[in-house]
Amino acid sequence: MASTDTTKTVLPDAGSVEAGLDALESGVVGRTPFRQTFVNKILPPIVAIAVVLAVWSLLYPVVDNPSKLPSPAAVGGAFKDAWMKGELLGYIWTSVSRGLLGFFFALLIGTPLGLLVARVKFVRAAIGPILSGLQSLPSVAWVPPAVIWLGLNNSMMYAVILLGAVPSIANGLVSGVDQVPPLFLRAGRTLGATGLKGVRHVVLPAAMPGYVAGLKQGWAFSWRSLMAAEIIASFPDLGVGLGQLLENARTASDMAMVFEAILLILFVGIAIDLLIFSPLERWVLRSRGLLVKG
Amino acid sequence: MATTLAKADESVDHAARLEHVSKSFATPGGQQLVLDDISIDVAPGEFVTLLGASGCGKSTLLNLVAGLDRPTVGSITTEGRPALMFQEHALFPWLTAGKNIELALKLRGVPKPERRGKAEELLELVRLQGAHGKRVHELSGGMRQRVALARALAQESNLLLMDEPFAALDAITRDVLHDELTRIWAETGLSVLFVTHNVREAVRLAQRVVLLSSRPGRIAREWQVDIPQPRRIEDAPVAELSLEITEVLRGEIRRHGQH
Repeated sequence: MASTDTTKTVLPDAGSVEAGLDALESGVVGRTPFRQTFVNKILPPIVAIAVVLAVWSLLYPVVDNPSKLPSPAAVGGAFKDAWMKGELLGYIWTSVSRGLLGFFFALLIGTPLGLLVARVKFVRAAIGPILSGLQSLPSVAWVPPAVIWLGLNNSMMYAVILLGAVPSIANGLVSGVDQVPPLFLRAGRTLGATGLKGVRHVVLPAAMPGYVAGLKQGWAFSWRSLMAAEIIASFPDLGVGLGQLLENARTASDMAMVFEAILLILFVGIAIDLLIFSPLERWVLRSRGLLVKG
Repeated sequence: MATTLAKADESVDHAARLEHVSKSFATPGGQQLVLDDISIDVAPGEFVTLLGASGCGKSTLLNLVAGLDRPTVGSITTEGRPALMFQEHALFPWLTAGKNIELALKLRGVPKPERRGKAEELLELVRLQGAHGKRVHELSGGMRQRVALARALAQESNLLLMDEPFAALDAITRDVLHDELTRIWAETGLSVLFVTHNVREAVRLAQRVVLLSSRPGRIAREWQVDIPQPRRIEDAPVAELSLEITEVLRGEIRRHGQH
């Protein structure tokens, strides 16, 4: 716009001004260096674990009662024994395979259910409140009826997982759909995305952040429900999962093994979240520019 | 009463025809009239701006023409489904810039092998070659609106509706996009119905400026703009006509303070 000879030189000028503006307004995004990731993300949890271990070691001689508080070394020994006997991975796999399979079924049921509740007014009025109410019902409450209906077997475990996880997944999708900006729906309609096409190309992808949050919570609920079911309904034929391990440790009054089982339940729950759900959530948010680095 | 689509065998002498269109909404205080007896013809290839202050029902009118809503009285005829561009870019953040355009092509029934190439062409038209794989949040405001324009053009409608598309941009970017829109309009031969509350913008872009009064929206006056393109927003003839239109617009607004 250097020239003020107004009307003639406009068009070639416009392109170059535009290119300059584009260059000025587009930031350069690079990868975070590993050192920074280490200091910000990896170091803090290591420090936290070290602090817990330190407090535990200090507390152990004060309590001075291994049947109430075992030493960190004794718990480590329990892990080592289970590993040496080749049983550790078996415990984990029994529970994880149940948990993930149950979660998968919950996904298959919760997704269409959530979509139905979100999109059909009558269904929402009918079962919407029940669905969100069910989230606050501790899933352990389902164990007794599930045992009576289905007996002591794997189907009873899956039933408890479903009852725990389906409401979370469905509710996550409902809130995801509710938060879709109306502008996207208008834009979709003008582009010709109406009816089922609108659901597929606009509503579902736009609802992804809420849906993934629901999946995350659904996994937490699946895992909790499964542990409740395994602890209450332990039965030798079912194979020893982490819940049964905990229950066996209690009946044997082996406090180190109790700690072992609790830590395993905690770690597996965290590991699945860190390995599957957190990356999924980060990917969904980052691709939309919703994960802004502080 | 309904939005009808012109049949192919009819001779079409307009890209959009609004005949005695009125629209009222039900409110707690009774029926509220938003648009009153609007008749506008947009000729093929014509650039018309609708100008008005708040409450003139501009956006309601565009929704009606876009077929997103139905008029209470009157009829609206367009050829096919018009493309619509909003003040916010309304690009889908889960898709890249290029995939946003490809979705518009897909919904129009363009076969998959052709989509990528067409999207690249459209990006080139808005001078964003190489932006196909960019995420929406990686683009500046001006670039987003250009992608939105490319997506609207992907509909290959011969009528483009624009709802204050540059209102949220800074002055420099807006200026550049005026040039772009004028160029693309001239290249494609589109008819454009452009809504704005910015008088200079209206005069800068249009062949015809239609001024709407507020509450309810009625056509107050029309101006033919005979200033040759390319124009600049600071050109003397643009400023002169803008001044004249602004005076009339102020008169319209003033009436509302004198109940």
